[in-house]
Amino acid sequence: MKKFTKFVSLALASVLVISSFAGCGSKEESTATNDSQDAAETSESTGADTFKIGGIGPVTGGAAAYGTAVKNGIQLAVDEINAAGGINGKQIEYKFEDDEHNAEKAVNAYNTLKDWGMQLLIGTVTSAPCTAVVEKTKEDNMFQLTPSATAVESIQYDNAFRICFSDPNQGTESAKYIGENGLAEKIAVIYDSSDVYSSGIYANFAAEAENQPFEIVAAEAFTADSKTDFTVQLQKAKDANADMIFLPIYYQEASLILTQADKMGYKPSFFGCDGLDGILGVENFDAALAEGAMLLTPFTAGAEDDATQAFVTAYEEAFGETPIQFAADAYDCVYAIKAAIESANVTPDMSVSDICDALKTAMTEITMDGLTGSGITWSADGEPSKEAKAVVIENGEYKVM
Amino acid sequence: MTNMTAKLKNINKTTKNNAVTYGIVIAAYVIVQLLIFSGNLSSLMKGLLVPLCTYAILAVSLNLVVGILGELSLGHAGFMCVGAFASAFFSKCMKDVITLVPLRFFLALVIGAAVAALFGILIGIPVLRLKGDYLAIVTLAFGEIIKNLVNVLYIGKDSNGFHFSMKDSMSLKLEPDGMIIVNGPQGITGTPNDSNFTISILLLLLTLFIIIRLVHSRDGRAIMAIRDNRIAAESVGINITKYKLMAFTISAALAGVAGVLYAHNLSTLTANTNNFGYNMSIMILVFVVLGGIGSLRGSMIAAVILTLLPELLRELADYRMLIYAIVLIVMMIFNWSPKSIQWREKNLAALKNKMKKGAQ
Repeated sequence: MKKFTKFVSLALASVLVISSFAGCGSKEESTATNDSQDAAETSESTGADTFKIGGIGPVTGGAAAYGTAVKNGIQLAVDEINAAGGINGKQIEYKFEDDEHNAEKAVNAYNTLKDWGMQLLIGTVTSAPCTAVVEKTKEDNMFQLTPSATAVESIQYDNAFRICFSDPNQGTESAKYIGENGLAEKIAVIYDSSDVYSSGIYANFAAEAENQPFEIVAAEAFTADSKTDFTVQLQKAKDANADMIFLPIYYQEASLILTQADKMGYKPSFFGCDGLDGILGVENFDAALAEGAMLLTPFTAGAEDDATQAFVTAYEEAFGETPIQFAADAYDCVYAIKAAIESANVTPDMSVSDICDALKTAMTEITMDGLTGSGITWSADGEPSKEAKAVVIENGEYKVM
Repeated sequence: MTNMTAKLKNINKTTKNNAVTYGIVIAAYVIVQLLIFSGNLSSLMKGLLVPLCTYAILAVSLNLVVGILGELSLGHAGFMCVGAFASAFFSKCMKDVITLVPLRFFLALVIGAAVAALFGILIGIPVLRLKGDYLAIVTLAFGEIIKNLVNVLYIGKDSNGFHFSMKDSMSLKLEPDGMIIVNGPQGITGTPNDSNFTISILLLLLTLFIIIRLVHSRDGRAIMAIRDNRIAAESVGINITKYKLMAFTISAALAGVAGVLYAHNLSTLTANTNNFGYNMSIMILVFVVLGGIGSLRGSMIAAVILTLLPELLRELADYRMLIYAIVLIVMMIFNWSPKSIQWREKNLAALKNKMKKGAQ
């Protein structure tokens, strides 16, 4: 009896393993080779008539808000382009995979998209997963454009570009902006030491602060495990007489900091980066507390220009919410790829590697007017060059300063 | 032929049982190699091969503590984390010094396992002397401490040697030619991608070999005696703490090996709740419980299935986590509820009878 059970369980297990492997394998048309680049080439040169664009980002878990915004932003742009006749007359196919803000899952998502036949990658949304994925795109020589991964390493290879500012850029720009406009003399920083984005910006802010007329009087950290009570950090900032608090953090924690500062009767001014975008939409948060808070962001839904207004209206219609900056970044990604493809005359039947080589050069040649900046150009290292915009919250809306 | 069958019958049951366990791993390896060779393996599966082995090693090594020693450990991911960071640190430093990849990876493995074992001993010495559930509490705390410690660690290297800080990367005061190796929450980036499927399978086999040999040795019988009846074991003169510590340390070292594989498969290594926190520790425990406490083969298979499942369910988008949870519950009921065991045995017996009749 026991032997038989054993046999059956063994048989079932092996059937399961084989079927799962074979089930996946049948989708792919690559040939017998270990060289993934060759595999990609053969599977892609099947005379496809559409550009296959893949997206990766977190749509579940803690960073889901960003991933969802990017997913929707890409969708909107792809739909628009397809409706207008596609890129050089070729339609775009688009697929988005979840990475749960986890490097390992991001690599799995990337491989899933590769099996689907992806030719161009928009992503990933967050920094650490992007650093893991860029290693793989480098191996496959696949063109990658990230809307919002800010870490320097996230685009360390020549096949990767980004739309947003990098961490050093955001930190440095913030410090410069505060210094040049004389916004404060004594600054306290509250940052998330367990977060790549936050600590990255802080490090560069502090480095640039040496050259600026203000002084950092307190630098207080918190971690992802203790992000509900900020009274200690605020008290230290208050004791140090800081007249401005710099918040290189995401909006959920920032909303708590603003509320708790108000309860303490402490009224400094607040300055944040693009992570602060979205603070007005936090549930149970008195938006009046955010009055006068300043943030450095390339995009605001309240901007008056036609492009932004059209985008916001279309986005609200399609997804029922106001787009945050991540959605705009993603939207620009698609149009940047479109511009690059048109300039390099890339066609969908080219191999992944050829497309990448062509776009690598084309990206450095194009100039784009997008939602997140006008006249954006890229250098060969993948960094965009565009004007940093600071906005201030006035009457419950973002206003360009 | 008759001679062969007679010989087969003479081999005792445990040997056969172990041969099946090794056989599954080797068969899986051969099948995968064939699929790769014939070009039928998707990129997703290719990317999953090393993680699957990593999780199988973790599950099997935790089974040593939970199933064979009979203690509950909730910080297995902590040992993995220690092994991963120690080895990634080494590999990043030695990237340009040792260019022979197998040698570098071997040294990384040794370092990862040794450091994890050291932590295992440090945790084990005070805690394993106690009776009760203290090990669970202490290991849970250990996992969290390690995760948070790694997140405030800044280590850099320049011409003056190593610099160390717990504050931020600026206070390292590196020379311009310096390189930050461990960058706080950003962890270690740029670890060379030294692991591959063959090495992972070999390590899995090695893990199985070590644990199976241990279980069937004199020491292993002592360990199981402690699990089954501590007082009886003590009364026949078994040194409880020594054997507990032995099992716990081996388990920690093997978790460290899994950590080395993990670190050398991704180019970025960060410590967060999902990969090195209690989420991961509980996940490994789920592999062990689902596969059968004490069954090495079971934990291995459970680890493979539960790692594959969310990836294969990607098509279902948002529903996959829901389905994953339901599958988990259903599997648990099917495997362990007395009624379902009864039902399985009854039906299997009937099936067996039918097959016998058919054969006649």
